[in-house]
Amino acid sequence: MSNNDITLGKDRFRRDIPQTTSLSRTSQGSVALPKVLVLTGYGINCEEETAKAFELSGGLPTIVHINDLIENPKMLDDYQIMVFPGGFSYGDDTGSGNALANKIKNNIEKEILDFAKQDRLIIGICNGFQILTNLGLVPAKENKYGKRQAVLMHNAHARYECRWIKLKNTSQKCVWTRNIDTLHCPIAHGEGNFYAEKEVIDSLIKNDQIAFKYIKDDNSPANQEFPFNPNGTMLDIAGICDETGRIFGLMPHPERFNSFTNEDGWTLEKEHLLREGKELPTLGKGLQVFKNAIEYFTK
Amino acid sequence: MAYRIEVVTHVNDTRSEVMRKNLVSEGFAIETAKVLEVYTVNKNFNSEEIKKIAEILSNPISQKFKIVTKSNLDRNVLDKVHEELNSGFNEVAPKVFDFALEIGFLPGVTDNIATTTKESIEGLTKQKFIEEESVHTSTLIFLKGKITEEDTKKIGNILANKLIQRIHVKDKTSFEKDNGMDLIIPKVHLSSEIEITKIDLNISEEELLKLGKEGILNHDGTRRGPLALEKDYLYAIKQYFEKEDRSPTDIELESLAQTWSEHCKHTIFAAEIDEIKDGLYKGYIKKATIDIRNKKGKDDFCVSVFSDNSGAIIFDENYLITDKAETHNSPSALDPFGGAITGIVGVNRDTIGFGKGAKPVLNKYGFCVGLPDDEEPIYRDKDLKEASLTPKRIFEGVIAGVNAGGNQSGIPTPQGFSYFHKDYKGKPLIFVGTVGLIPKIINGKPSHEKSAHKGDKIVIIGGRTGQDGIHGATFSSETLSAESPATAVQIGDPITQKKFSDAIIKEAREMDLYNSITDDGAGGLSSSVSEMAKECGGCEVDLETVPLKYPNLEPWKIWISESQERMTLSIPEEKLEKFIELMNRREVESTVIGTFTDSGRCIIKYKDEKIMDISMDFLHNGLPKKTLRATYTKIERKEKALPEPENLTETLLELLKNPNIASTEFISRQYDHVVQGGAVLGPLHGKGRVISPASVTKPMIETTKGAVCSQGLYPKYSEIDTYDMAACAIDTAVRNSIAIGGKLSHMALMDNFCWCSSNEPERLGQLKAAAKACYDYAVAYRTPYISGKDSMFNDFNGFDKNGKAIKISAPPTLLVSSLSVMDDVTKAVSLDTKFAGDLVYILGETKDELAGSEYFPEGENIPKVNAISAKKLYEKVEEAILKNMIASALSPSHGGLAATFAKKTIAGQLGMEIDLNKIPREKDLQRNDFILFSETQSRFVVTINPKKKEEFEKLFKNESFAGIGQILDSQKFTIKGTNGKTIIDTNVKDLEEAYKFTFKDY
Repeated sequence: MSNNDITLGKDRFRRDIPQTTSLSRTSQGSVALPKVLVLTGYGINCEEETAKAFELSGGLPTIVHINDLIENPKMLDDYQIMVFPGGFSYGDDTGSGNALANKIKNNIEKEILDFAKQDRLIIGICNGFQILTNLGLVPAKENKYGKRQAVLMHNAHARYECRWIKLKNTSQKCVWTRNIDTLHCPIAHGEGNFYAEKEVIDSLIKNDQIAFKYIKDDNSPANQEFPFNPNGTMLDIAGICDETGRIFGLMPHPERFNSFTNEDGWTLEKEHLLREGKELPTLGKGLQVFKNAIEYFTK
Repeated sequence: MAYRIEVVTHVNDTRSEVMRKNLVSEGFAIETAKVLEVYTVNKNFNSEEIKKIAEILSNPISQKFKIVTKSNLDRNVLDKVHEELNSGFNEVAPKVFDFALEIGFLPGVTDNIATTTKESIEGLTKQKFIEEESVHTSTLIFLKGKITEEDTKKIGNILANKLIQRIHVKDKTSFEKDNGMDLIIPKVHLSSEIEITKIDLNISEEELLKLGKEGILNHDGTRRGPLALEKDYLYAIKQYFEKEDRSPTDIELESLAQTWSEHCKHTIFAAEIDEIKDGLYKGYIKKATIDIRNKKGKDDFCVSVFSDNSGAIIFDENYLITDKAETHNSPSALDPFGGAITGIVGVNRDTIGFGKGAKPVLNKYGFCVGLPDDEEPIYRDKDLKEASLTPKRIFEGVIAGVNAGGNQSGIPTPQGFSYFHKDYKGKPLIFVGTVGLIPKIINGKPSHEKSAHKGDKIVIIGGRTGQDGIHGATFSSETLSAESPATAVQIGDPITQKKFSDAIIKEAREMDLYNSITDDGAGGLSSSVSEMAKECGGCEVDLETVPLKYPNLEPWKIWISESQERMTLSIPEEKLEKFIELMNRREVESTVIGTFTDSGRCIIKYKDEKIMDISMDFLHNGLPKKTLRATYTKIERKEKALPEPENLTETLLELLKNPNIASTEFISRQYDHVVQGGAVLGPLHGKGRVISPASVTKPMIETTKGAVCSQGLYPKYSEIDTYDMAACAIDTAVRNSIAIGGKLSHMALMDNFCWCSSNEPERLGQLKAAAKACYDYAVAYRTPYISGKDSMFNDFNGFDKNGKAIKISAPPTLLVSSLSVMDDVTKAVSLDTKFAGDLVYILGETKDELAGSEYFPEGENIPKVNAISAKKLYEKVEEAILKNMIASALSPSHGGLAATFAKKTIAGQLGMEIDLNKIPREKDLQRNDFILFSETQSRFVVTINPKKKEEFEKLFKNESFAGIGQILDSQKFTIKGTNGKTIIDTNVKDLEEAYKFTFKDY
């Protein structure tokens, strides 16, 4: 069996987690690897590559079915990082991310909000971002965790879109986008058109919560122009964090840029490097997002 | 009490705007369109509860809702609009409109959103829906513009499919008078009188044949739908029941019809045909694999071929990789969206149902449809009431179906093609395929081995059983006509399937909870249970235990229903509890419906009565062997004189607009091709985003190994020579794979035959020739078949607009798919040119083989394949790629060299100059257009770093090859003709515009 077994092993869905509450960040530095809870179930489908991205970045991911979490929400105490991966939870029925957010609200809202308020990290990618938004974990203006303040709506051309885009880190605050200036990344979604009322947008800007914006190839703002801004989102917003910078939601999929050979146009880059007599890199630049989370606890 | 909740989006309503645009482009004078979602909740709630329900079904930032109630469900009138509960709906709902159009589902049609809604409501209110209670969804559209009620109905027919959806139109006056649209609860009501009919077979031959063709007679004189049982089959059945000394029951006859159907038993491929005693399958296809495996000896990489739902080869020391391709032609003709989505999620189950359960790692598609601009109506019935859908509508529908099925399942779709031909108008061919991955050993046992044991419980999981897909298997064995049953249409539910797929392949499989598993596909339970029962020698099923979508479904329907998202497992009694507990935790419905036995009988009970009791041997082996006679008359086609075009630049730009060559990027973009994180080279290459005929995917992130996929087909060659047609399809699937980095010594093939009129000796003659080519070329390349499928009657029998009877037969089509494993994906080569100054080479000789091409569909000289020289060349290309000598590669196919040069140029966004005179070619081949557009096989156009020139030329010194040009640092694209004059002079931009022209508005 290969290393891939984190996704196949018998402990994939853990049920009886020993209850420890220690966070390693403040204590002995990099001794304990941060534990990452990667949620799955009901049409979430990016849990394996997202877990793999955390593993490649030095974390200890465990994929947990939402029903197991609902049965034993105390297991959250054991994790420093919680992940809402991408996918198609409930097939986007009743609005993307809405039905799974409803399931969480109907069962473990309090536990999730408690987790969110502590010094831990949460990321929601694509459908995960849509879930976070419906749960009110981002933008959480005035720390109103649990209140829906923004919405990810149908793309401007009302069709699912899969392509590589370019992102600019525009936040000093967001933990997840540290050490990134620009990032090439794939998107794949039908509902990534971020909308919030003006006062929410103003506060996002004021509080440095806009973490990723879509830009053009020359790093100038996409200015809503398709395909650089692939969905018509206001202010070219691709990802936002909460006011603390710990909770991050984004439409693009950095976990899909885990290897050099994932990147759109990598064969051109390969020819460049070969002709310059250079080695080809192995890992993908998208992993920086996950490394940042791990380093938050280990550095 | 029932409620109707309408949800309106009041900011960023892009869906409404896109709908308006689409309707305008369909020619309707629409000023505004406004789309609302409607949830009809058929259950009692108090007003506080229903308000909370509306709140969770809408978004407080972007949407408002309205609630109306109806207490008397027998009347259409609404009681009350709950103004006090409406969240500002009236302020944002459209006030100015001319017509309201509602589209909802017909009774019994799968309504996925309703299923989710019901679950959300149950979660919120902690109240379960009981039998008579339900949720239904619909879409309400307000239209304003210069349109009539007739126009609105027409719009309804464009947006909806009458076979599965209802359309309801009200003008503004009646809308206001009625307080809005009606509250409609589309429930299935079946007669509660269930009767097991005995069928008397002692009837006249004429009656017997009618029984076979049109089905069992109902009391009211109607027939139940095709059994597709031919005369000798009927007599075999009659004889069997004479021996049993009784008449068969309806379920027995239906069951035999399913099991013996062409779709399930592949009777034509199995039949003796002329001198081929073993039939085409055993005599050619399977024989090729056996012979290749013998020759390969210890290098044999096949593990499980032709015996399971998919075929499997070695991936690496720990894993197997599987492949399977299916077609869903007839359902897609009637309901393209439903047909395609059930096709793709169905072939996913062929992966989940391989061995102990493989994980789907990539999807593939192939859409063969009529010409997209052909709007001439054709009808299924003589009264011209049932028009076939236009090719464009079918095309758009199947695209959307694979979009929904693939994207929602989280499986990347990096590979696919679209092909257009006028004769796909009556019956489109919709190919779907899935590659899977499975550990070689699971729980200490080879994962590809499975067997139901005597005493194991028969357990079904997933979706419930309804009337959907009754007679799907026998229907697909028939030609499409007015009698084609609407119940053959099904809608897929990817999320229900995703739930059990995860529960099986990511949990139950590793926990060793079952002995065998298979997909419920064609023929439903009748097929899956009885097939699995072969492994132990019998089964006993109690049909009353099967969970139903609605009550009172007749037993024969339960047994043969093709309701989607179901699988059948064989579970030892001691593991049953644990299995069911796991499924419950994952909210997957699982039900014990019987026991596997070794009685030698297939026994079915219903309400304590034995309604089926047939010997397993008769069920599976009782069908009489067919003997077929084939003839093959080669049509003499006169080579037509073809004047050489004066302006070849224009000819090239026009050719790039040919739908078989033009960019279908709009499809690639709407299919997630990067999910699972293993994308290497997907559907679009280069800055210019050109469609690639091959793809590379890493099914495991942490290995360097890649799965290389490609596909080939040449329907246009079929009318000239099916042997060469098949040879070209095989060669194309193989060499496309080689061009991107595939490994010939680790490459497997799949065959998907889609034939027409396969009861005619001439068509059988064409089939036989194609099957022979399949043997010859697979053996020559040593690329074994690991799986395949056939669909033999792709004919449309209907009427033209004048009521004249017409038959449209799809051209005999063979899709060949290749699957190769490359060791190191960093060696993969894309098709886009890389740098100015790079040299352009052609590998392989060009011949005068213009016939059947996209440029010249006439003529007789279609390409022939010399596999011996081709194989030598492919091995050299493989070596060159492994040594990093090749910077870009693309092999010419549809559109020949000209299209290849253009595509490479567009992809690289760099100019190119080519000298045709340098192209190695047959003596006497001097016509520039012939050289440019001939579709000669086994060639590559590559570019290389000039520093590699010597090394490259040395490697290919014994092959037919030449340096023919270079990449420019300008945007110019020029080709010099054989006479030394510039014959094509254009630029990257013009080429790109032409290539992207045809589907730019899709």
